[in-house]
Amino acid sequence: MGHTLVEKLMIKNTGDDSIRPGDIVIVNPDCYMIIDAYSPSVINKLEEMGFDKVLCPEKAVVVFDHLLPVGNPSNDPLFISKSVELREKYKIQTTEKGTGISHTLMHEKRYAKPGTIVTATDSHTTTYGGGGCLSTGIGYSDMAAVLGTDELWLKVPNAIKIVLEGKLKPHVTAKDIVLKVVGDLKADGGQYKSLEFTGPGAQQLSMQARYTICNMALEAGAKCALFEADDKTAEYFDMDLDEIRWIQVDEDAEYESVMTYDLGQLEPQIAKPKGVDDVYDISKAIGTKIDEVFIGSCTNGSIEDMAVAADILKGKTISPYLKLVVIPASNKVFKESIELGYIETFLKAGATVSHPSCGLCAGFPFGLLSDGEVVLSTSNRNFIGRMGTKDSFIYLSSPAVAAASALAGEIVSPDMLELLTH
Amino acid sequence: MANIQSGRIWLLPDDVDTDVILAVRHLFLPTAEERARHALENLIPNFATDVIAGDVIVAGKNFGCGSSREYAPEALYDCGISCIVAKSFARIFYRNAINIGISLVENADIQDECEDGDLITVDHENRNIETGGRRYEMPKVPKHLEEIFKAGGLVNYHRKRNALSKEGGK
Ligand code: SF4
Repeated sequence: MGHTLVEKLMIKNTGDDSIRPGDIVIVNPDCYMIIDAYSPSVINKLEEMGFDKVLCPEKAVVVFDHLLPVGNPSNDPLFISKSVELREKYKIQTTEKGTGISHTLMHEKRYAKPGTIVTATDSHTTTYGGGGCLSTGIGYSDMAAVLGTDELWLKVPNAIKIVLEGKLKPHVTAKDIVLKVVGDLKADGGQYKSLEFTGPGAQQLSMQARYTICNMALEAGAKCALFEADDKTAEYFDMDLDEIRWIQVDEDAEYESVMTYDLGQLEPQIAKPKGVDDVYDISKAIGTKIDEVFIGSCTNGSIEDMAVAADILKGKTISPYLKLVVIPASNKVFKESIELGYIETFLKAGATVSHPSCGLCAGFPFGLLSDGEVVLSTSNRNFIGRMGTKDSFIYLSSPAVAAASALAGEIVSPDMLELLTH
Repeated sequence: MANIQSGRIWLLPDDVDTDVILAVRHLFLPTAEERARHALENLIPNFATDVIAGDVIVAGKNFGCGSSREYAPEALYDCGISCIVAKSFARIFYRNAINIGISLVENADIQDECEDGDLITVDHENRNIETGGRRYEMPKVPKHLEEIFKAGGLVNYHRKRNALSKEGGK
């Protein structure tokens, strides 16, 4: 009997090939990441648990992305002093301070490698599955225990196979695929499960597209999401394909269910406010007035996302009735966007461009909404009050739809732009 | 952890997410007590003021979906909630809540059959729940989790182990 991808990764880590869904296994993660917001709590828990050292400090990465800088006088010094404490007292040397969003950095800097197990104190840790890495989020008590023992218990999950066939139409992107999947599965349809993407449509997707999909798989409750390793994975990680070829779906593996999508049929998708799984073809939202557009986040802040947005905004000006905030996901993306002229395009179009960080997706620094205001965002969540007051509204879309809608002043499909501007 | 928990029901819907349990703007308040004052405020404005120790949350599916913030179950715990019954729990919330010592029970029927404010008794020893004159079975928990659970959460679990190993090492 063959194995699902998640089983293969767990077998690789534990050396036990008898594992079955439902079993609880103890793994030694290959890397663990702590986000700034939880570093004080992780330190407290280490102390409360009685750990006086971190067992494998070389495996840990601390990233300052949510809270640096933030508009609260007491926060920045606190978080910086905690990072110093993690370094001096617990010997965690790898810190990323203001270099970008944690989940983007984890693959961009090759911390989360194919074939490994990674855990982090954030829910969107599922992202790194785009590169064939079993990655899953935990809280800070769990993290303190991981730091103290280098061990994490995980239940072997059931898996859902998602077969992608065909080719996306112009202006339809990875974000539309994952919105569609979350809309079909619903917010709990992937609960405790591994979502495993395969098929010719999956192979065509770029690495950034795969990361976008795995990032948002979490919104269906998934424990992890995984793509098979192929030549694109090998190239991204500068590895020999032979080393990672084993990260492939076995034809005879047992999947709980199989979902098949013809990408050629897919339209741009929109998630309506207060339900990530309340997803529709864009035709159902066209004409919705918006006050703000946000392009960025760990879901859609990559260089490819910047390119999609710049292509649509080039030589045009956004609607006078709204604000557009663009945030590249990392310094690397920021620099490349400058070199490629995207940032200039954004600025000329009337956008506000901010430093690489979570920005308003994290719900604190700037651009937040007040009662009745509507944002169209390329991030991954539209919960009540996530980006402002509880009576504000968040629609989610791809960067293509977001950029087109910023020009129109209301939700439009990118295909409609030609008609609108002529 | 007490073997029998008994209190009033706070009835909640499906898909209660961690932003609803504790909104992001309250995460960085200086004390746990201050955070707890804002628990569930967007859903039930009087929750934090009216909840009393021993009350039990009964919810639908996917309770605690969303972010990994452990502050969310902590805020509920600090308000006096030490037991949550739901149709299902989101994965990270499940781990976090158990780790801080909240007992979680999966049950498919109670949410549909109980009323807000009803009395409920959760008996861990005999693995059953009683409310509204009906009795429900409790599912078994994997052994590893039960140990964490019995120790009163992950902090206590490791504290005890570390204390033992230090004594042993002397
Ligand atoms: S960009 Fe948003 S979803 Fe991603 S890590 Fe930051 S706050 Fe979380």
